[in-house]
Order: sequence, then structure tokens, then C-alpha cells
Amino acid sequence: MDFALGDEQQTLKDEARRWLESRYPAEEWNDADWAELAELGWLGVSTPEEQGGAGLTFLEEAVLHEELGRALYPGPFLATVALALPALPPDEAEQAAAGARRFSAQVGTLVPDLDKVDAVVTAGGLVAAEGEQLASIDPTRTLGRLSAPSDTVSQGRALPRLRAALACEAVGVAQRALELGIEHASSRRQFGKPIGSYQAISHPLADTFHDVELARSIAYWAAWTVAEDDEQAPVAAAAAKAFATEAAVAACERAIQVHGGTGFTWEHVLHRYYKRAQWQRQFAGTPAELRAEVAAAIL
Amino acid sequence: MDVRDTPDEAAFRAELRAWIDANLPAEQRGGRGGATRFEESGRWWSRKLYEAGYAGLTWPKEYGGAGAPYSYQAIFLEETARAEAPPHVGVIGLGMAGPTIIVHGTEQQKQRYLQKILSAEEIWCQGFSEPDAGSDLAAARTRAELRGDRFVVNGQKVWSSFAHIADRCILVTNSDPGGERYRNLTYLIVDMHAPGVEVRPLRQITGEAEFNEIFFSDVEVPVEDVLGEVGQGWQVAMTTLLHERGTLGFALSAALDVNVRKLLALARERGTTELQRDAIAREWIELQALRYTNYRALTALVKTGIPGPEGSVSKLHWSEQNQRLTKLARDLLGEDGLADDGYWHYQQLRSRGNTIEAGTSEILRNIIAERVLGLPRSR
Repeated sequence: MDFALGDEQQTLKDEARRWLESRYPAEEWNDADWAELAELGWLGVSTPEEQGGAGLTFLEEAVLHEELGRALYPGPFLATVALALPALPPDEAEQAAAGARRFSAQVGTLVPDLDKVDAVVTAGGLVAAEGEQLASIDPTRTLGRLSAPSDTVSQGRALPRLRAALACEAVGVAQRALELGIEHASSRRQFGKPIGSYQAISHPLADTFHDVELARSIAYWAAWTVAEDDEQAPVAAAAAKAFATEAAVAACERAIQVHGGTGFTWEHVLHRYYKRAQWQRQFAGTPAELRAEVAAAIL
Repeated sequence: MDVRDTPDEAAFRAELRAWIDANLPAEQRGGRGGATRFEESGRWWSRKLYEAGYAGLTWPKEYGGAGAPYSYQAIFLEETARAEAPPHVGVIGLGMAGPTIIVHGTEQQKQRYLQKILSAEEIWCQGFSEPDAGSDLAAARTRAELRGDRFVVNGQKVWSSFAHIADRCILVTNSDPGGERYRNLTYLIVDMHAPGVEVRPLRQITGEAEFNEIFFSDVEVPVEDVLGEVGQGWQVAMTTLLHERGTLGFALSAALDVNVRKLLALARERGTTELQRDAIAREWIELQALRYTNYRALTALVKTGIPGPEGSVSKLHWSEQNQRLTKLARDLLGEDGLADDGYWHYQQLRSRGNTIEAGTSEILRNIIAERVLGLPRSR
């Protein structure tokens, strides 16, 4: 049994963090960086080599989702790579891996990042990315509805994959909220001492550390079951998404509280993490819906 | 990354499973825990484990261990939990005294004590907490006064599990009352049968007496039973606590696994409401999160050899989840839960101690905040 990232996975994670930290979080997505993501090999990370991908596993993709979450990446990576790519025909998959075209897919009645992609995968095949734009609760991750509604494709193996990706992304969000909380609690002084020396401040942050550690563990487990096409993948991914997205929401809420009034302002970045965490929690199965699935599987 | 057993681990697991099936009769399985585990069956099972080579799997071979990787100990805990086997009666010796002696002990101490921990010939207890030194261990006042070639010990310890059946005690004493805090403690190995040692059981809210007070009146301890150096007791005690929390994770998730399986069986038998199904799924999900957190900690332990402070996370989580889970079981029992069912009533009451024993949840959050997150000290 070996439950740690391998050296190459760790290197990829470190590289991703460096690249993302130099650019994000940002208010707007710079779509010029999409070509760079293709060059870095991220878009085709788990695409087979014969389709122009890197031919790695979902575990490598998973560590990218975690880092993209930590950086609050606003581009359609989740939509293209986690959601659409596995359902694309080989020619289209090659274009996606090369960064030539961007894709999304319909989950329920919703299409993430509809305004940022070229085409949408539906049960009836690819359709143009045209439709009504919704006011998403996370402005950095938009949502739309297709003009010509179709059946969702995210059934079978696609759904665990999407949920595992969202769980890893949520781990990244929770991790960043924890870091911001620690930074503020260490530098902000009241009553002559850093506020982090008060247990009323430090203990909620310790709880966030606990949540992040457990969330990362269950998210990696889910990612492993997806990578291995393990029979436990559906229940593992449902469990991981339920736990990790609740952890991310709680991490942001504690960080906002630790920041006091500053954490409640539009200017501070925390509300954007909070909105992303809520989006992750709400999309492709709420925690209560996922726990109902888990209960059906274990009882 | 691969959560599956390696071929060697799989072979070990299969062999162990077959051995348990052949050696553990049904009537010895599924105890509710508690004082019953101190009975003769505990010693009988411990002896069998020792003879089969399953006690001290990770200990060095020269002291009677198997010299196996930590993953084997994890497999052992998973499989014995699956079979609902009684625990080894020498848990303090195996989990705390032994690892501390391996790190800080003299060769003579290792030869004298380690093998008998594994064989359960000698049972150990822990003398750390005092009436006025609980979470604040450095405030220990039990006095150890050097007179010639021996220390004379006077004082009182409390909350000491197994002391009523113990042969030896790992004892934190103050050997320099006017000395500097953290540098005035001395860690002793004390013979519990020595004149002047008196043990008084303390009855818990479960009605059972698992732990005790220990009184020391002019108890003589030869200087060769100092573990580590005189005045270095704090550092030695930290090794003990690191091992207590560091390698405890697997035992805890294995114990939780048993309770989650019993909870699922109870739910299937009695039926559930939608709200209860949600709560049950949460328990199962968090068990997986704990299990894979332990796998990650284990992988780190194999690489570094030292348990990290992250072990505090497992203990913190397990204790709070076990409290919630046992209350959920009461809920599922409904009206029948008014009668002592022989398992859950005990488990639920006993779980209240989980957030207090082996480091309160408050101390664990301090450890995480200060040593892991690097936040400023609270005192």
C-alpha cells in the first residue's frame, strides 16, 4: 500500500502551483493562457498519447484540479478536461488536448462555462455553444442553458469522474482559505497580541486543517478509483464530493470570520473563494443528494 | 499511489486471516470492550499473538519483534478489528512504553523489558497526569529525590489505565522542584510491586473501573531505571506521546470500522428514516476519510520513520465521530434504547472519554494550531 503522490505527480503539482500563483486569482480569465495550458500539457494530461495527450492517468489530472481550485482558475478547464473530454470523439479530443477548441457538456439542464467554450457535448452529439446565459453564483464559473435542450451525457463513468474532479478542486479552495486565515491570524494584532494566539481564533483554523486533511484523503481515494476504473468509483466520488465541498464551504466561512470586517468586503478575495466553494457544493449533486446515493449503496 | 496491498502485504494479510479463523473461537469475538478486556481472555489472546509472532510486528528483531514495515501493523489492526478480536492486553507497553524504550533506553533496559511486553508477561501503565497537572504535564509535582544510587519517589498520579493489573509504570517525575520548567523532569521506570506503591481504582460513568489513582510513598527506584537522562524527562515524554498519537490512528479507524459496520447492521435490521439515512451515510463517508488519512500518514511514516504531528488529526476526528456515531445508534434503537442492550449503551457512555483521554481535543487543537499551522503560542 502506497498512498502518497508519486515523485512525478508531486513535481507536476509544484509546477502547477508556481505557474498559477504568478497569474491567479484574477478578476477576469485571460483566454490567451489557454494555449499555454496546452503547451504545459495540462489540457491533454489524461488523454491517450495517440490523441495528442500526455497519456497519464486521472491522478495527474486530479492534482491539477486541486491546484486550479487553489488559484481560483476562471477558465473552462473543468468543463473541457473533466467534463467533456472523456465523451469526445477522438478527433475532437485531439483538438481539445491541443487547445484548438474548448468544450463543455450538459449536466442536468446546465452547461458550465457555456460562454467560454466552442461546442457542447450532448447525448445527441456535439452542438454549438449557444443558449441562455445564467447569473451564476460564482461569477468566475459561468453557467448557461442550451437553446436546444438535449439529454445529459454525464451518466455512467463520466459522473464519478466529474465529481472526483470537483472534490479535488474543493480541496484546493479549502487549502487556500486556510492559508489566508493563517496569514491574517498571524499578522493582525489586537489587545497587544496576534489574534492567532487566541484559541477562539486558532481552534477554528485547526478544525479547517482537520477538514482539509480528511478531504484531501478522500478526494485522492476517489481519484484513484476513477483512474483505476475501480467498481467503487461511483460511491467513492459521491462520498468525496459531499465531504470535500462541505469542507471547502466551512473553510471559507471560518476564514471570513477570522478576517473580521475585512473578510466581508468585496475587495478581499475571500468572497470569491466562498462563491466557488458554494458552486462546487451545488453542482452535480448536493451533499444531501450524494449522501442519499451513498446510503442506497451501503444499506 | 496504489491503495492495494503489495504481493507481500497480500500474502501477510491472507496468512493472518487464516490464523485468526483457526485460533479465535466465536465466543471470544465481539466483546463490547471495557473492563472485560482485562480478564484472563485478554492475557490468553495476547500470549497467542506473541507465540504466533504477531506482537511487536514493527519492533526490531533483536528484542523479539518481527522487524516488519509499518504497513504490516496496519494490516494486523484491520484484520483483528474485522474479526472483532480482543485487543492485546499490553497496549500501554506496546504503544507507549516499548517505543520509548527503543528510542531512549539503554541496552540493558531493552534486554530487560521489551520481550516481556510482547509476551504480556509484564503489563505496563502510564503515570503522567496528576490532580494538578493534566493537560499541563510540565507542571508534574510527583517528587523524585536522588539519594545515593536510587531515587525516592513521593506523589500521586491519576487517570492511569491498567494500573490495577500493571507490573511496571512509565512515570514522569519532578527531580528538581526549583529548576527551570521543561528541564526539571525525570522519566522513570517503576516496579508497581515495589513497597510504597498503592493503586486505587476509579469508577467511570460506565460503572466500570478501567483507570486508577496511583500513590507513591517513599518508593525506591534504582538509578539504572531512569529512561533517558536525569532532567530530560520532558523530551522522553514527548517521544511517548508522539507514538501514542502517531501510530494510534490505525487502531482508532479499525475500532471505528467495527462500530460503523454494527451501525449499518442495526439500520438494516430496524429500518431508517430519511434523516437517519443521511446521518448514517455521513458516518460511512467520514470513516473512509479517516481511513485514507491514516494511509497517507502511514506512507509518510514509512518514509521518515517518525510519526508526524498530523496524528493529532486522526485522534481528534475519531473521538468526535465515535461520540456522534454511538448517539446515532441510540437513536436507531428507539424505544428499545431505554433498556441496556449490552453494547451501545456502554459504547455511547464510554465515548465521552474519547475527547479527554490521550490528549483532550482542546490540547490537540493547540498542537495543530501551533506545531502544524505555525500560529503564535496561546500561552
